[in-house]
Amino acid sequence: MKVRRIKNGTVIDHITSGMALRVVDILGLGSHNESILSIVMNVPTGNGGTKDIVKVENRELKKSEVDRIALIAPEATINLIRFSKVTNKLTVELPEEVHAIVECKNKNCITNQHEPVEHWFSVISREPLRLQCKYCEREAEDIASCLI
Amino acid sequence: MNFKGRNIVSITDLSREEIEYILKVAKDMRPFHDGGKVSKSLEGKILATFFFEPSTRTRLSFETAMFRLGGNVIGFSDISATSVKKGETLADTIRMGDAYADAVVLRHPNEGSARLAAQFSTKPVINGGDGAGQHPTQTLLDLFTIQSEKGNIDGNHIALVGDLKYGRTVHSLAEALMHFDVKLTFVAPKQLQMPKEVVEHVRASGLELDVCDDLGKVADVADILYVTRIQKERFVDVEEYRKVANIFRVDMELLESTKDDLVIMHPLPRVDEIAPEVDKSQKAAYFRQANNGVLVRMALLQLVLTGVGL
Ligand SMILES: [Zn+2]
Repeated sequence: MKVRRIKNGTVIDHITSGMALRVVDILGLGSHNESILSIVMNVPTGNGGTKDIVKVENRELKKSEVDRIALIAPEATINLIRFSKVTNKLTVELPEEVHAIVECKNKNCITNQHEPVEHWFSVISREPLRLQCKYCEREAEDIASCLI
Repeated sequence: MNFKGRNIVSITDLSREEIEYILKVAKDMRPFHDGGKVSKSLEGKILATFFFEPSTRTRLSFETAMFRLGGNVIGFSDISATSVKKGETLADTIRMGDAYADAVVLRHPNEGSARLAAQFSTKPVINGGDGAGQHPTQTLLDLFTIQSEKGNIDGNHIALVGDLKYGRTVHSLAEALMHFDVKLTFVAPKQLQMPKEVVEHVRASGLELDVCDDLGKVADVADILYVTRIQKERFVDVEEYRKVANIFRVDMELLESTKDDLVIMHPLPRVDEIAPEVDKSQKAAYFRQANNGVLVRMALLQLVLTGVGL
C-alpha cells in the first residue's frame, strides 16, 4: 500500500527503525490528536538499512516539539509541507533538558514515589550522552534501558 | 545578590560568590547567637520544619536559628500522627505547609524531595537533608568552619577521611570545594573510596587531588582532616571492619606528627573514629563546627526571608 503524499503538514523521515510509534507517543500525536496520521515502518533505505516515517496532516510541528525525539531518533529529519511543497527542513537537536522521556532508575528517588511529577533530566554531556536526574542528581546509566 | 524567596536545595545551585556571601552573613550572626545581642529581624515570621525522618540535631539547629532571630516555628518530626501516613503526597503536604508558614525546612528520606518541594511551594524551601542526596546547610557549615578556623578556604590542603563512598557530606563538600583553590586528598579504605564520578569531577575542575589509603602519611602534611564514620554495616566480615576502623582512627599518637595548626573536623555523631582524648586538643574543631550550624542556618533564614543580612 502506498502512503499518500500530504498537502499540508509535517513529515518526520529517517526515524530509527521500529521507533515510529514511540515518536508518535512522545509528540502526543496519539489518541487526543485530530490530525490524520500516517505511519510507515521498516522502509528500505538506499544503503540497505530500514527506517520509519511519520506523516502528520495539517499540523506544523514546532522545533521544540521535534527536539523531544532526539533521544530515540537522533537521525530524524523534519520536513514542513505547504501546498505539497517542502517549505522548511529541520533536524532534531538534543534539548538541554528532557521531560518524561527517560526514567530515573534510583528506586529511592522522589520521582518514583507516586508524586505528581514527571521524570526530568538535565543533559550534562552530549558526546558521550550523559543525563542527570534533576531531582536526585544521579546520572542515568544505560540510557536506552531508561526510556519510558 | 538577592536571596529573598530563594530555595536552598543543593550546594551545586550556589556559585562561589553566593557561598562567600552566605558565610559572611553567618559570621555577622555570631554576636546574636552566643554574644548576648538580641535581634527581632524575623519577628512575625513562621518557619515550618517538616521532618519526615528524625534528625534531632538538624531540627534543633534550625529551630534555634529561627528563635534567635525572633521568629516562630511550627512543624512535625514524627509522621505517624500526620496525614502522610494516610498516603498524602509530599506535594500536597508542601502545599498545606505553604499556607501556614513563610519558609519550609524539609528533611525527607527520598532523594530529590527538596527539589520537588521547591517546585510545589510558593515559599522558600531549605533542604534539611534528602535521603542519600544533598544536605546543603551541612556543607555550608563545613565551609564556614574551614574559613573561621583557618581565616580562609583557599590555600588549604584538605583531607577527606573515612567512608567516602556512602558519606553524602563528603560528596557535597568535595563538590563545593571545587569553587576554591585548595588541595584535596581522599583517604579511605579501597572498598569505601570516593565514587568515580566525584573523583573525575574534581580532576576535571583542575584541583590538585590525591587518592590514597594511608592516613598516617596525609596527616603529617594536611591542614584539615575531615573525618567521617566508617559503618560496621558496610562490611560483611566483622574482622575486616575492625582492621579498617583501627587504621582510620584519629588518636593522640597520630596527632603527634601533624601540623601545629591542624584542624580536625567531623560532621558528628562521632563513634570510634576519633579517640575521646583528642577532644581536649585545640586541633579538635568538631564541636565548634556543630555550633557553627546555627550561625549558617540563621544566615540562610535571614536571607531567604528578608533578602539582607543583619
Ligand atoms: Zn532521580
